[in-house]
Amino acid sequence: MVASTSRMAVSTSDVIILSATLPSPGILFSPNGLAPLTPREHQDLKRIARAVRRDLLLCITEAGSGHPGGSLSEVETLVSLYFRVLRHNPRHPQWPDRDRFILSKGHACPGLYAVLAHRGYFPLQDLLTFRKIDSHLQGHTRVGTPGVEMSAGSLGHGLSFATGVALAGRVDRRGYRTYALLGDGECDEGQVWEAAMSAAHYKVDTLTAIVDRNRIQNDRFTSEVMELEPFAAKWKAFGWRVLTVNGHSFPQLLNAFARAQATQGRPTVIIANTIKGKGVSFMENNPDFHGKAPTKAQLEQALRELGVAAEEGYQPLTWERMP
Amino acid sequence: MTTAVTREVFGQTLLELGSQDPKIVVLGGDLNKSTFAYRFGQQFPDRFFDLGPAEQNMMSMAAGFASCGKTVFVSTFAVFGTGRPFDQIRVGIAQPRANVKIVCTHAGIVTGEDGISAQGIEDLALMGALPGLTVIVPADGPETDQAARVAAREPGPFYIRLSRPATPIVHQPGFTFRLGKAETLREGNDVAIIACGIMVPAALQAAERLAPQGIQCRVINMATLQPLDEQGIAQAAAETGAIVTAEEHYRHGGLGSLVAQTIGRTLPVPMESVALDRYAESGKPELLLAKYGLTAADVEKAAVRAIGRKRR
Ligand SMILES: [Mg+2]
Repeated sequence: MVASTSRMAVSTSDVIILSATLPSPGILFSPNGLAPLTPREHQDLKRIARAVRRDLLLCITEAGSGHPGGSLSEVETLVSLYFRVLRHNPRHPQWPDRDRFILSKGHACPGLYAVLAHRGYFPLQDLLTFRKIDSHLQGHTRVGTPGVEMSAGSLGHGLSFATGVALAGRVDRRGYRTYALLGDGECDEGQVWEAAMSAAHYKVDTLTAIVDRNRIQNDRFTSEVMELEPFAAKWKAFGWRVLTVNGHSFPQLLNAFARAQATQGRPTVIIANTIKGKGVSFMENNPDFHGKAPTKAQLEQALRELGVAAEEGYQPLTWERMP
Repeated sequence: MTTAVTREVFGQTLLELGSQDPKIVVLGGDLNKSTFAYRFGQQFPDRFFDLGPAEQNMMSMAAGFASCGKTVFVSTFAVFGTGRPFDQIRVGIAQPRANVKIVCTHAGIVTGEDGISAQGIEDLALMGALPGLTVIVPADGPETDQAARVAAREPGPFYIRLSRPATPIVHQPGFTFRLGKAETLREGNDVAIIACGIMVPAALQAAERLAPQGIQCRVINMATLQPLDEQGIAQAAAETGAIVTAEEHYRHGGLGSLVAQTIGRTLPVPMESVALDRYAESGKPELLLAKYGLTAADVEKAAVRAIGRKRR
C-alpha cells in the first residue's frame, strides 16, 4: 500500500472539522474548538485519533524502540489541540502569531510526530524514519522538526519554556496562546513547581498546561514511585485554575480548553485523566510499555484492536482512510 | 592602575543595548542589584523578569523567550548560573543554539568572604563542555563592555564570566575586542603567558618584573575560550618555545587544559599552568589569591620554570 503524502493529509474532507471562515490570510487552520462538536465532527476526531494511534505504533515498531504508553495516552489531547484549538499553519510553522504547543514530556514524541504529519507539517512517510540516522524525527523532540517548538528529553523543562514563550507574547502584544503538555511522573521534577510559581506570579493567563495523568511513570505507578496526590490541590495552592477531565473525551477536553481560554489573571492546568497505553489491551495500564517497542506480532494485534484491516498494510495512511 | 567593576560596566552596557534594541529581554534571579541588571529593570520593566532564586526555571524560560525571536540576557552569580541549571542550559540552550546570553558575575575566588559555595571555579569547564556555546572571560571593564555588545549582536548562546571586585584596566581606550582571537598585549619571544580574566593584569605585571632580568615575556589575553584560537596558541608556541597559562579557575577543564591539548596536537613545548588545584576558603580576595597561588609572583615563577625546561 502506497502511503499518502502530507498534502493529501490536508485534504478537503479535513476542512469539515475546521472553521469555515479564516480570520486572517496567514491562518490556514483556525480554532472552532469553542463550538460544540457535531456528531460528524466527533466521529472525525475519533477516526483521526485512531489513525494517530496506528501511526505512532508503526513509528515505534519500525524504530525498534520508543515510548508507546505515554504516546497513546496523550492522543486525544494532541488531536483536540491540532485539529480544533490551535491557530497554526503547517505551511508556515514559524508564523509569529501562531498558538504554541510545547511537548514537555519529550519521550512521547511519536504521538506528536504522528499528529504533525497528519496535520501536514511533513510527509506521513517520514514517520517510518523515526530514531534512524539522518532523520529529522529524533528519539526525543529536537528543534528543527517542522512544528516542534522545543528541544526536550530531560523532564521538567517545558512549563518554564512555555512561560517564557507566553511572556514573550505579552512583551510583543501578540494574541497567541501557549499550551504545554506534561507527564504526571514529570511533575516529580522540582522545576515544574518553580515554573508553576512564576507563571502564577506573572499572571500568565495565556498559558494552559495539560498534565497527562496516566498514573504510570518510567518504572512503576506514580503512587508507588512518588505520590502526587492531592495533585489538583497542589496546583490550586500554586495559584492556578484547575480543570479535571477525562483525557480521552473530546467534548470534555474541548470544553476545558474553552474554559481555560476564558480564564483571566491566572494560568490554567487541565488534569487529563488518561490510561497509559490507551487503545491497545496489553499496553493499557502496563508500566512495561512505558519505553518498550512492540514486537511485530504485538503490533499486528494492536492494529487489529484499533480496527485497521490487515490488507491496509503497515504504512501510514491519511486518516480519512481509517475505518 | 585604574580599575573598573566589570559587573557594573555590564549593567551600564546592558542598559544602553536595551535602549537600542527592543528585542532584548533580561532575566534575573533575585541578585539583580549585585549583577547590576536592576538598572535595565528600572528602565524597561516590561522586558525585565525577576524569577527569584530558581535558576532552572530561569534558563528554560530564557530558551522560551529566545524561541520567539528575543535576545535574552540572563544574569546571576557564576555558581548559580552554570552548575545549578546545567541540564537546562545543555538541552534548552546549547543544543538548539538558542539566542541566550548567560552573563555571570562573582566568578572565581575573588568573590572572597562568602566562601567556597559562592566561589565559582568550575564554570569554565562546565560551559566549555557545551559544543557551540561561546565562552568569554573579559580581562577588564572595556572588554566587558565590548563582549556584551558582541553577544547582543551575534546569534547563538554565550557565556560571559565577570568578577565581584574592581579589577585593573589593561586595555587602551579605543581597543577593539575580536571574538575568538588571541590578543597580544606585550611582545616577547622567551615565553608566552596566555591568561584570561583577572590573571591578565597579573601576567602583565610578571612580564614587567622579568624584563630587567633579560627575560622577554609575550603576554596574550585569551578572552575567548570557545571557539578557541588554536592557531594563535600554536603560533605562540612556535615563536617562544615555552607556554605559561594563568587563570582564576580550577586547573582541570579551563584555559590551561585547552591550551595543553592544543599545543599537544600542534607543537608540544614546555608548559606550566597557574591555576587553582583545590577549593579555597573565605577571606579577602588579595589574601586568597596569595594563599592559593594566583599572584603575579606565581606567574613569574611559572615563566622561569617553563623557560628552564626548554631544550638547550
Ligand atoms: Mg505518566
